[in-house]
Amino acid sequence: MSFVSIRDVRFSYAQEGEQPVVNAVDGVSLDIEKGEFIAVIGHNGCGKSTLAKHLNAMLLPDSGSVVIDGDDTSVEENTYTIREKVGLVLQNPDNQLVASIVEEDVAFGPENLGVEPSEIRRRVDEALKAVDMYEYREHAPHKLSGGQKQRVAIAGILAIQPQCIVLDEPTAMLDPSGRQEVISTLLKLNREQKMTVVLITHYMDEAVLADRVVVMDSGKILIQGTPDEVFSQVELLKKHRLDVPQSAELAFRLTGCGLSLKSIPLTQADCVAMLEEAMR
Amino acid sequence: MVRDVAFGQYFPGKSLIHRLDPRAKILMFIAYIVIIFCTFNFAALGVTVAFTALYLILSRISPKFYFKSLKIIIFIVIFTSLLNLFYGTGDPLWQWGIFKITLNGISRAVFVSVRIICLILASSCLTFTTSPNELTDAIERLMKPLKVIHFPVHEIAMMMSLALRFVPTLLEETDKIMQAQKARGADMESGNLFKRVKALVPILIPLFVSAFRRAYDVATAMECRCYRGGAGRTRMKQIHLSKRDVVAFITLALVIGGVIVCNIFVTSVL
Ligand SMILES: Nc1ncnc2c1ncn2[C@@H]1O[C@H](COP(=O)(O)OP(=O)(O)O)[C@@H](O)[C@H]1O
Ligand SMILES: [Mg+2]
Repeated sequence: MSFVSIRDVRFSYAQEGEQPVVNAVDGVSLDIEKGEFIAVIGHNGCGKSTLAKHLNAMLLPDSGSVVIDGDDTSVEENTYTIREKVGLVLQNPDNQLVASIVEEDVAFGPENLGVEPSEIRRRVDEALKAVDMYEYREHAPHKLSGGQKQRVAIAGILAIQPQCIVLDEPTAMLDPSGRQEVISTLLKLNREQKMTVVLITHYMDEAVLADRVVVMDSGKILIQGTPDEVFSQVELLKKHRLDVPQSAELAFRLTGCGLSLKSIPLTQADCVAMLEEAMR
Repeated sequence: MVRDVAFGQYFPGKSLIHRLDPRAKILMFIAYIVIIFCTFNFAALGVTVAFTALYLILSRISPKFYFKSLKIIIFIVIFTSLLNLFYGTGDPLWQWGIFKITLNGISRAVFVSVRIICLILASSCLTFTTSPNELTDAIERLMKPLKVIHFPVHEIAMMMSLALRFVPTLLEETDKIMQAQKARGADMESGNLFKRVKALVPILIPLFVSAFRRAYDVATAMECRCYRGGAGRTRMKQIHLSKRDVVAFITLALVIGGVIVCNIFVTSVL
């Protein structure tokens, strides 16, 4: 069985007794294997954050099931084992840092789990080194840049030693260099530590780096597949008001002008190569 | 502008004072407040000033920051010393209408100013050398006996540490909102008091809304990090009494002794 197995999950924010107007998540099924890097994209309000909160039992499905490493999230005793296995990083880095010193903030998770002090120290140092923020361990969070704050937030989750880390638009509030820092940290974690990463984003150039891209639309999964498979369906994505990477867009338009291309380029380098070939 | 406050900040370091047990520091600080108000003449005050100076030097924090922390209370010092200056008894050195300055008034004014300055310096020394987490951790432990009467010790300590964490963030936000409202033509610097207070409303409302939204986010983030109250929690930074703390308590005892001796044997100049 997969590490994460989501089966036909439906969820609405309607209060008890109220008629649900629409389901925020409406029949999603998804399997995530250990060590995978998954990107989830979709426009605002399509239910990405709601789905993310189902992965660590912050929200429980109205119907269907979410099973993490064999534990069903809807069983109350599993809540904390699940939160130890799946860490969730939120959008606003400011509101995730709860202590006034970086290293004390990173220690917050393991402290909650009742880990031995010397072991907490070891985990904190390791986590801060993994996100390249070790030199800042004694700084005050409010004096860091957005990218640095978000990396500290990631370290705070790493110190819990999860097997999977889910990030809900972690780069939405960052400048380009902050985004770059966060994304390369995630890639490093995934490559070097085999960390399972679920990255929710609305930047297509981040999504193309994933092993698999899941596109959501009005609470449902529209399509999923490798970045190549997904972004070659430019027309479908556009119909649902979704962006495609700029290079894919260019290729799509060139094809529209009658140019025949072998494949859809996803990165700048691929795009340059494609144009060179096309011009010969 | 609002961000430029040194009071209540923490400067990481490895000085002797930094390494004292935060519980010892809090208890000593409380004792210090009592001592300061029990000095009745300049000799006794001199002993506490020397004690304060010793700790400030040992804290190895630039005097610049101590001066900065004094800046915000300078008006209180001036105000109270003026009051005392004109309330002295004895022969006037200088008189103008009902205002007269006496030798007694001058020494009173100096005495009171030194007391206030010492208090601020000591509290700055405490917060400069003790991280907010250490402080709240120490308070939590010192208040632990109150758990017997179901006093929410952990909750209060957690609230304090979160408040300390978010003060700078909220100050920054206030600055931003003020700039935004100014850019829309809000006028906060002119008009009478009533008008100025009214001008604060468009700043406070967005600030409150955002603070509540933040609180919701912070709670979510804490739950994501397995927070479930104080039960079963451990701390990364263990605090324990050491020889250093014993020495610190001995210096404190010496000062208490010195102040008592001075109070009894030195004839008051006040
Ligand atoms: N706390 C909430 N209460 C009520 N409705 C909500 C809440 N959070 C989100 N929603 C609604 O659920 C839907 C999905 O939201 P969300 O999962 O946040 O989408 P996304 O993260 O993809 O932008 C939206 O229509 C949104 O308005
Ligand atoms: Mg969202």
